[in-house]
Amino acid sequence: MAIAADSQFHVLAVDDSRIDRMLIERLLKTSSFHVTAVDSATKALKILGLVEDDLRNFDTSVASKFHQDVEVNMIITDYCMPGMTGYDLLRKIKESKSLKDIPVVIMSSENVPSRINRCLEEGAEEFFLKPVQQSDVNKLKPHLLKSRVKEEQEQPINNKRKGMEESYSPNKNRQKM
Amino acid sequence: MDVMVQLQRQLFDYTASLFHEGFLDEQFNQLQQLQDESNPDFVVEVVTLFFEDAERLLNELTNALSQENIDFRRLDAHVHQLKGSSSSIGAQRIHTVCISFRNSCEEQNVEGCLKSLQQVKHEYSTVKSKLETLFKVRRSGPFLVRVLICNIEMTYGETDFGCRGVSVLGSVI
Repeated sequence: MAIAADSQFHVLAVDDSRIDRMLIERLLKTSSFHVTAVDSATKALKILGLVEDDLRNFDTSVASKFHQDVEVNMIITDYCMPGMTGYDLLRKIKESKSLKDIPVVIMSSENVPSRINRCLEEGAEEFFLKPVQQSDVNKLKPHLLKSRVKEEQEQPINNKRKGMEESYSPNKNRQKM
Repeated sequence: MDVMVQLQRQLFDYTASLFHEGFLDEQFNQLQQLQDESNPDFVVEVVTLFFEDAERLLNELTNALSQENIDFRRLDAHVHQLKGSSSSIGAQRIHTVCISFRNSCEEQNVEGCLKSLQQVKHEYSTVKSKLETLFKVRRSGPFLVRVLICNIEMTYGETDFGCRGVSVLGSVI
């Protein structure tokens, strides 16, 4: 399924503070991102998992379209949240086969080096200190473009590889002679 | 229209003083930069949310500190929220008080907490009234501008106008 090169990136923002949600949403929108903002990690997982649940219920053609409509290209989450923290959310995403390649960014009002390292080691792309600035958000596009290019490359390569495997084995012996 | 130029100058100076006196910091400028024609009320909206949140949190804090057995963890959680939201809108003085408030929570120092609560309430009401004045002046038409500039002067000092009331200025322009 090809992804249109010029379609908007969809960012899922997670923060229990409604002020910070409003801020991050505005910051992301000025960078032309499509934004969904939720107030908990649980809700975020529902949105991410919802895609998979609905895929099972719909037939293939409808499912692909649905998947594309709610596709999430990046998750940006607050670290300190009641219930499931941003770190827990990060781990759950990285442990999921279908979600692990979605870039995750962590935000926190507290500058704790061990916390930052832990998040980066767990696979977070970036760690932003709050209040998040426009200059921080400007760092996001490269990660998203990289992911998109990677996705597009993986599909034709998979098809190509299949073809190569079928033709190589018989040819290889012939060339040696 | 020399008077209008002077009034605009006063508005500019008033805003600058809020920064100069540490009520607002650079983050408030960031908010203003996020405002544009497609989001003309962004700053007012965010700040209004902040007022609502802050008032709720101040009530919670007052409540928590009036208990017989003070739950310092709960107290700290509320202060943490207030610290975060004040930082997000650039309300610097409130943010600063919250830092020492959190230290008192950590030390389980009741007196320290009570003192911090009093301070943060004071800082909150001060910055609230200043921001409300700022918003009113920016949004209003010329007449209301004059009325409110007079208010500002009465609060923090006289200017060259010697503005003492609407009728005086009303007759000047």
